[in-house]
Amino acid sequence: MIAAGAEPIAHPPVDWFAIAPEIALFAAAIVIVLGRSLIRHHPRVHEASLLTAIAGIAVSGLFVGLQWGFVHGDGPYQAISGMVAVDGFAVFVQSVILGATLLAVLLSAGYLEREGLEGPEYLVLMLCSATGMMLMASANDLIATFLALEILSISLYVLAAFDKRRLTSQEAGLKYFLLGSFSSAVFLYGIALTYGATGSTNLTKIAQFLAQHTLLHDGVLLIGLAFLLVGLGFKVAAAPFHMWTPDVYQGAPTPVTAFMAAATKAAAFAAVLRVFVGAFDAYRVDWRPAVWVLAVLSLLVGSIAAVVQTDVKRMLAYQSVAHAGYVLIGVQAATNKGTSAALFYVCTYAVMATGAFAVVTVVARRGDDRHSLAEYRGLAATRPVLAGLLTLFLLAQAGVPLTGGFIAKLSVFNAAVNAGQYSLALIGMLAAVVGAFVYLRIVLAMFAPADDEGAPEGPRITVDRSTGVALMIAAAAILFLGIVPGIVLDFARDATQLLAH
Amino acid sequence: MLADVAPVVPTPSTLGFPLLTALVFVPAAGALLALCVPHRRPEVVRAVGYVTSAAVFAMSLFLFTQFGTGATESGYQLYESHSWIGTLGIRWTLGVDGISLFMVMLTALLMPIGLLASARIEKAKSFTVWMLLLEAAMIGVFLALDAIVFFVFFEFVLVPMYFLIAGWGHGNRRYAAMKFFLFTMTGSAFLFVGILSVAYLYARAPGHVLTFDVPKLTDWASANVGGATAKWLFCAFAAGFAVKVPLFPFHTWLPDAHTDAPTAGSVVLAGVMLKIGTYGFLRFAIPFFPQAAVDLAPVLLVLAVIGITYGAIVAAMQPNLKRIIAYSSVAHLGFVVLGTFALTRQGVTGGLFTMLSHGLTTGALFLLVGMLYDRRHTYELTDYRGLWKAVPVFGGLFVAATFASIGLPGFSGFVGEFLALLGAFLTSRWYVVVATTGVILAAVYMLWAVQRAFTGEPDEANRATPDIGIRELVTVVPLLGLSLFLGLYPKPVLDRFQPTVRALVEHVEAHSDLKVPPVSNLGPEGVQAEGVQK
Repeated sequence: MIAAGAEPIAHPPVDWFAIAPEIALFAAAIVIVLGRSLIRHHPRVHEASLLTAIAGIAVSGLFVGLQWGFVHGDGPYQAISGMVAVDGFAVFVQSVILGATLLAVLLSAGYLEREGLEGPEYLVLMLCSATGMMLMASANDLIATFLALEILSISLYVLAAFDKRRLTSQEAGLKYFLLGSFSSAVFLYGIALTYGATGSTNLTKIAQFLAQHTLLHDGVLLIGLAFLLVGLGFKVAAAPFHMWTPDVYQGAPTPVTAFMAAATKAAAFAAVLRVFVGAFDAYRVDWRPAVWVLAVLSLLVGSIAAVVQTDVKRMLAYQSVAHAGYVLIGVQAATNKGTSAALFYVCTYAVMATGAFAVVTVVARRGDDRHSLAEYRGLAATRPVLAGLLTLFLLAQAGVPLTGGFIAKLSVFNAAVNAGQYSLALIGMLAAVVGAFVYLRIVLAMFAPADDEGAPEGPRITVDRSTGVALMIAAAAILFLGIVPGIVLDFARDATQLLAH
Repeated sequence: MLADVAPVVPTPSTLGFPLLTALVFVPAAGALLALCVPHRRPEVVRAVGYVTSAAVFAMSLFLFTQFGTGATESGYQLYESHSWIGTLGIRWTLGVDGISLFMVMLTALLMPIGLLASARIEKAKSFTVWMLLLEAAMIGVFLALDAIVFFVFFEFVLVPMYFLIAGWGHGNRRYAAMKFFLFTMTGSAFLFVGILSVAYLYARAPGHVLTFDVPKLTDWASANVGGATAKWLFCAFAAGFAVKVPLFPFHTWLPDAHTDAPTAGSVVLAGVMLKIGTYGFLRFAIPFFPQAAVDLAPVLLVLAVIGITYGAIVAAMQPNLKRIIAYSSVAHLGFVVLGTFALTRQGVTGGLFTMLSHGLTTGALFLLVGMLYDRRHTYELTDYRGLWKAVPVFGGLFVAATFASIGLPGFSGFVGEFLALLGAFLTSRWYVVVATTGVILAAVYMLWAVQRAFTGEPDEANRATPDIGIRELVTVVPLLGLSLFLGLYPKPVLDRFQPTVRALVEHVEAHSDLKVPPVSNLGPEGVQAEGVQK
């Protein structure tokens, strides 16, 4: 970039409105850090930081709403020399991320109090990570995508290892860090190769370049594409890049697992859709088969490996691999229908994953280590409402009608069949049967009498207020998405049409 | 549509209120209401269950009176259609025709009976909630005229049934519930892809928009989808429905689920849920792809005949009374499929009539077996001996139900099986020759079971068995009475089947090379007497 004449580098004009949602989240994180270092011993300090975090999310949501109004009226645009796109797609994904973050924060409040981990760092890290995710949703340049990826990942590495007393949490953090940094490096290499082949890192410019030129020797670009897919495939936890998922999901503090499953997936899929369906549309012939393979592998590995698990958190972790497969079915269609289906799926999954992990958090009780299937025995008799809610979230994940999970599956299969991918739809449906078996095992355990093999000993299961609120929100949302999905489906469709190019 | 086939134009509802939607929503609302009742008041929950299911039954009677019986009224009546999920082209479309009318009525009749039969059940609250949700979903299945709405209910039916079996069943109930759920869901995976594929083939045709509207898809697919595509799609639909029926060799979930389900669950499972499969054939697979149905009919006929004979032989070998009845369902449903895939008017009518009749008679048998279980906590035939001397009223009813089930003339089973065999004889003679042995075998296994349990000298345990009570009489007698009534006077039912069945068979004939030999060659009197021919 440095020319011989050493011209001063021109600063692009910064459109603050375009990144206002990210700034709001980050500002809340700063306020919490500063506030907590100044006021240490006030009795209400935890509540205050919680409220600050929620306020940050709310303000961020407000800005996202304003952006949506703007995009709806004047159309999508790009800001900060094409680094950031303000479009319907970003608005949709950012709404999902904010919703998932809100639920995760609510869930964490009770968890932190229960575990005695009420340092300020937790919420700060979560908000930072969410900032990275928000940026990832709107990033329109591979460099920005990489920056966002690092912001969100580094915070998550620490969050995964946050429960210092539990060895598995430490292990999860280290594992996630090592594999994550490796995948980031692969992703970065992919960016470099893509830049070498197309002369730009800007997604819009790449798309224009590829539309206007036919590369005679496109080996470099194809390898670059493959590396990008590997890097993002790691983040969305698609097989065969899913090896970290069960260990990290199991070891991380359960609210962090919920956050990872819901929000990280949404952000990473936003990047997948922007990069592949958006920028590399001209190369769809090359990447669609690769995504097909990833989708099928994720579906099979995720659902089959979950069958043999006895740890509920691990089951849900493997199933989250399978759910990545369903989203990839939508990606693979490479159509507007597919993109909006993938968006709807990501949104629904965020709700049902957070809901399920919320119940897991509560059932785990102090110590966060009661995750085996045996711990769920007889839950329906002792805590019927909790068992009912978990049943709802699990049935939703299995794709039972009248829950959002059914509509989500319907829309991705819809897109697949529309794109002529009958076999993919069928594999997806059959994987759903295996998935149903896994979920029903958990349900059966809950409804089994506890005295079959001796009731598990342990402290009483208690649901604190903020977790209760999070559970109610998630339950209402999953039924809403299943019974009157029109509003969100239309939002996803409009969001896809309002992509900035 | 071809000229000689009356175009199937749905007749919109002229009632002031959406009766069909209400039929789906009233039980759902009842379930919600029951959910709000505190645990400590089981009697209130039961009352909600009785009132709701009785109200739904009354509404189904009203539906019966509103149903037009003119010879030309072959299409969907009381049709209503509202936007549901616009983006995906899914509409809340309901309608009723001759095929679905009696399935709805059967559901509405069996539900209050099932609830009454379970008056002493534990955890009454969740039981009632699941039963009412089940009722809503099953009525929805039969009324839905949007393929996705149909599928929504088709899948959702599994959830309450799963919990009913797993929660209130006996024996190996969790295994049975899981097997039931997974088998059906595997079948519906194929069905789902089939539905989506038909809809997208339709949407790709010029000037079309994506829709799942059954009448539209029927008209278009039967005329425009042919060859291998139609065969594959037919197979996809057939896979979903064959598991549900269940056809041999997909039937293995049935004996487990029926045997281990609670009494009300078995009654609903056998009485209504199996018919969702045969209903699906009649509503989707056959009218969508008539030529493929004609081409593949031999496969289904073979499976049906195997089901009839195999079901009967296996039933005869069972030591468990409830399992005998479960396997007899495999055989009875074989007759339904045999009649249906004969693709003649008599055959389809016979299949439909058997569906109705089987719901009444098997429902009664499961209720009676359930009463025995309530008294003795066993289904093993070896535990029962000389019951007739101990419980004469019960014994009489059981024998009556047995006769009704094996199709003794005078009971509804006879009319259905006779018509199904007659209809199949027109097009597929040799299948009938084999299938008829099933009628004899049915008498063998049922009468043998009666002989072992009811004759001889009772021992101490059998002698102490109390006889049937008033509440129990109220549940069984209507079913047997109806079976007897329809066996003696089937006209009210046949008259309502007929226009729809005729339109269906003409539709198949118009879109395939099927040619049914005229019935008059076979001697008209027998057929006339049954009121099939007009």
